[in-house]
Amino acid sequence: MVCQCKKGVCTAEKGLDLAPVAGIISQYGKEPGSLITMLQKTQDVYGYLPAAALSIISSETGIRLAKIMGVASFYTQFRLKPVGKYLIMLCQGTACHVNGSKDIEGAIAEELQIHDGETTEDGLFTLNNVACLGCCSLAPVMMINGETYGRLTGAKAKEILRDIRKKEQAGEVE
Amino acid sequence: MEIRVGMGSCGMAAGAKRTWDALSHLCQGKTDITLLQVGCNGMCFAEPLVEVIDAQGSAYLYGRVDETAAKEIFEQHIAGGIVAEQYLVSEAELSFLTKQTRIALRNCGVIDPENIEHYIARGGYEGLKKALSFADKSEIIETVKTAGLRGRGGAGFPTWFKWQAAKNSKGEVKYIVCNADEGDPGAFMDRSLLEGDPHTVIEGMIIAGVAIGAKEGIFYVRAEYPVAIKRLEIAIKQAEEAGFLGEHILGTEFSFSLRIKAGAGAFVCGEETALLASLEGERGMPRLKPPFPAERGYWQKPSNINNVETYANVPWILANGGAAYAAMGTEKSKGTKVFALAGKIKRGGLVEVPMGITLRQVVFDIGGGIQGDKAIKGVQMGGPSGGCIPESLLDTPIDYDSIMQTGAIMGSGGMIVMDETTCMVNMAQFFMDFTQKESCGKCTHCRIGTTRMLEILNRIVAGEGKDGDIELLVDLANAIKDGALCGLGNSAPNPVLSTIRYFRDEYEAHIQGKTCPAKQCKDLLTYEIKQDKCTGCTLCALKCPVKAIIGEKKQPHIIHQDICTKCGNCFTVCRFGAVEVK
Repeated sequence: MVCQCKKGVCTAEKGLDLAPVAGIISQYGKEPGSLITMLQKTQDVYGYLPAAALSIISSETGIRLAKIMGVASFYTQFRLKPVGKYLIMLCQGTACHVNGSKDIEGAIAEELQIHDGETTEDGLFTLNNVACLGCCSLAPVMMINGETYGRLTGAKAKEILRDIRKKEQAGEVE
Repeated sequence: MEIRVGMGSCGMAAGAKRTWDALSHLCQGKTDITLLQVGCNGMCFAEPLVEVIDAQGSAYLYGRVDETAAKEIFEQHIAGGIVAEQYLVSEAELSFLTKQTRIALRNCGVIDPENIEHYIARGGYEGLKKALSFADKSEIIETVKTAGLRGRGGAGFPTWFKWQAAKNSKGEVKYIVCNADEGDPGAFMDRSLLEGDPHTVIEGMIIAGVAIGAKEGIFYVRAEYPVAIKRLEIAIKQAEEAGFLGEHILGTEFSFSLRIKAGAGAFVCGEETALLASLEGERGMPRLKPPFPAERGYWQKPSNINNVETYANVPWILANGGAAYAAMGTEKSKGTKVFALAGKIKRGGLVEVPMGITLRQVVFDIGGGIQGDKAIKGVQMGGPSGGCIPESLLDTPIDYDSIMQTGAIMGSGGMIVMDETTCMVNMAQFFMDFTQKESCGKCTHCRIGTTRMLEILNRIVAGEGKDGDIELLVDLANAIKDGALCGLGNSAPNPVLSTIRYFRDEYEAHIQGKTCPAKQCKDLLTYEIKQDKCTGCTLCALKCPVKAIIGEKKQPHIIHQDICTKCGNCFTVCRFGAVEVK
């Protein structure tokens, strides 16, 4: 099956190694009801769901692309665009809301000049508002690449982001 | 000597990993010290937590243990034998634990969740042995019925009834499903249970399997809970190796297997038919009941779905008998309930209390009252499906029916405490924003109704409320309640209805007075500098992002109202209390 996504997306995905997708399909493809699992594993590899990967899943398993897109767009976990190197998941749960998560969002937006769902121009940070990280007693909370930061203030959030950027610029992280 | 470090997600967020690393470095080569990672004991407010149990068996609980504290505690207490008083959790704070009754959480923070031996040493899998020993397996359901256990996921449906229905359904293949898709923003009981004591949930599911005659169980866990998933995987493997899972469990005819499916982030999947659709790889959209999952569930086979906490209670009930469980609680709500206490509370964390205790007792006796000793405004229970209970009703006993009468619901256990600085219209808007986004879109009432309600609330907090808005909100709310198909839609208007019921004056202040009494809704605020208090230190002018503050050094400043974006920076930085919010 020929890739049906828009041309622009495909150009961006040129050079993407799609070999892991075949592995995922051979492991889970035959198990009924495993579409979500396959999408999760694909996102684990690429950080998002590349259109080309979805096409392969569709052609190999016979699940219609429309259905795959339906599922992928239904669940908040799935992303159809690449994310920055650091994914900031800012908790907007009830406890965080009561304790001022909107102010934290404002501080992050001011520091990085991005809003919810956007990525910085240098591709370093993506900001995602999430429903609840379940660390309510440390509210307000954000999670960056799996690491949780609690009891935030606007200033503290900015400092954490500056630290990461500093380390990046100094080449301390790969 | 034993050292326990609380390593739940919340503990790690507070820095427990660094504490752990420091301690394991110090303990290297010391064979007389056992260093254990345990789940969360619920005292999130004092994390990272370290408990030292000395050779005599006396336990000392240390709170807020960062790396420096860990080193001092090690040198002074563990190596030196003198208790490091300065880091001990205070008597008052300990009352957080002593006033609880822990059944579901009995092992959380006590055992190493990655070691099945610890669970077994605390009486683990005894409930399963008892269940398998019954000649007539219907005794299991009888025991759960005697216990009076009701579903801990929110609705409070009698557990035995669900089990009986699934048992009665015809069919060779049946499934046991655990709903661990804890989507209520502000609740973390299930996460903590799975992280702190995965085996009790597993055991509860196996017992349910014996009771209804199922051979397979599935955990549906939120993907946002990676630690819980990891510990479950380890626990399942250990239970298989120990013969509690697999073929011919404990030498009987009974076989049972368990697997995990990670959810993909959709609040509606907490609804059981949506959860089943999601398990089958579909969009998580609810369907009409009946048929109930007990008749036609996962792959159209009879399935029993319970929440994490419900299963966690089952092993204790089997081991100790239904009557012992029913001895706790009230006439219609038996046993205990776990709550996630958060918001403007001094001691936030996880608490388990017997049903029937009042909200005031939980907030003040266990939670220690309100941060900064401000006035309490109310308690939000049941998350986006629940409601706000005002201060005047805090003496309501916690049981399914009394809570329902207030207009809230027991829910899965989120309990968010709000003080005088919380705006109730803003809270209603917050929850409506959540449910509107999470509505699956199947029913018009829910899809369009929540959108319209949100638009009205957005207008009100922006200072554009109109006469008749409150009535329109109530009208829409009732239409959604009647018209929506599933629990999400039916309960989506609850936060709005309950805030209108108890805090109508706040709505009116927003609509007619164009003011926000709690001073939270930015569009309705004005910042002014009190001329007599301003010293002209210029700090606010420096911190103003839009240069709206002008004034000479050492002279009172003023704020240009047409430039001001109401960010509140000036209010935060002023050291003289000169900035006034109106």
